[in-house]
Amino acid sequence: MREFEPMKEADLDDRAAHAARALADAARNAGLEDVAFATVETPVGRLLVAATRRGLVRLAFPEETVDHVLEELADAVSPRVLEDPAGLDAARRELDEYFEGRRHRFDLGVDLRLMSAGFSRRVLDATARIPYGSVSTYRDMAVQAGSPRAARAAGNALHDNPVPIVVPCHRVVPSSGGIGRYGGNEWRKAFLLQLEGALEG
Amino acid sequence: MAGSPSPVRDDRILGRWCDPPLTFGGRRAFSFQMKPPPFATFLEEHRVPVYRFLLASVGPNEADDCFQDTFLAALRAYPKLRDASNLRGWILTIATRKAIDHARARKRRPLPVERLPERAAPEPQDADPKLWLAVRELPSAQRAALIHRYVLDLPYAEIAEVLGTTEEAARAAAYEGRKKLRAAGGSG
Repeated sequence: MREFEPMKEADLDDRAAHAARALADAARNAGLEDVAFATVETPVGRLLVAATRRGLVRLAFPEETVDHVLEELADAVSPRVLEDPAGLDAARRELDEYFEGRRHRFDLGVDLRLMSAGFSRRVLDATARIPYGSVSTYRDMAVQAGSPRAARAAGNALHDNPVPIVVPCHRVVPSSGGIGRYGGNEWRKAFLLQLEGALEG
Repeated sequence: MAGSPSPVRDDRILGRWCDPPLTFGGRRAFSFQMKPPPFATFLEEHRVPVYRFLLASVGPNEADDCFQDTFLAALRAYPKLRDASNLRGWILTIATRKAIDHARARKRRPLPVERLPERAAPEPQDADPKLWLAVRELPSAQRAALIHRYVLDLPYAEIAEVLGTTEEAARAAAYEGRKKLRAAGGSG
């Protein structure tokens, strides 16, 4: 029997990859894309960004593996997770502008469904209101969330922030001085605060 | 194919895989069920074999369309998917049905003759137009069996699962298909 497979393996891979990329467009148009994700190169590393129809749902630093983040999204939101750079154009552009110093406020919608409701959510809501270039304290976030003595719990909530940078948990520092901890490593917190002019270089 | 059969509906293709799990005294008969991975991971893992299958069954002009149809159907059913223990079988089942639907749709359309021999094969200088024409003329079950066996190199047990038939029937379909291709003048 004659060989059925005249196409080279590399060409086949290319065509299959091309068709798979085109699938994201079709899925988005058919309303079948529940979570879209893409990666963005930034001065603090390659970030994974993911969005639902409601808005940005997850931003992850490279220490978290892509597989792990996708599993988390599949469990918490929907297994219909697709790589879709075009669907995340706005998020990628706003992040680019932020890191170039040209954007002081994100216009992206944010979907905080990965964050439990209640105190944690209120801490993130308060954090989202801290202006570019300034800082606040864990204690102040606890006060604004309605539990003045829960500064440590506020710190924990910020550590679990599913959308760092966009909800600027890096702008929250200890009242005792220093920049404090950061889920995405302290050097990134220092970098972001310097970028915003809130910390001397 | 007499008349113009309506395309097989996705839920009928997928029903076998998506049925509610068997229960026994209110408990699941199979307590161990693999959870499907994120769709992106699934797509990455299976896109090449699916594309390879479609390229062989519908040709390069329609492979992309069929690929979209296949994975969109899978995406539609994905949240309801109960058992992820054989995702390759599942996606190849869908691809097989989509390839058959495409073949039926093509038969209903007037066929521009010039595009058959040259473009049906990815590399014209390697392809045998007569063979491709003969492959396309095969009954769909025989064509699918042949392609699963000789292009994807699947064992008959798995082909039977994908085609929803028995191992003997899959073997017989591939045998009949080969016989027809020889008779049509393929180089055997």
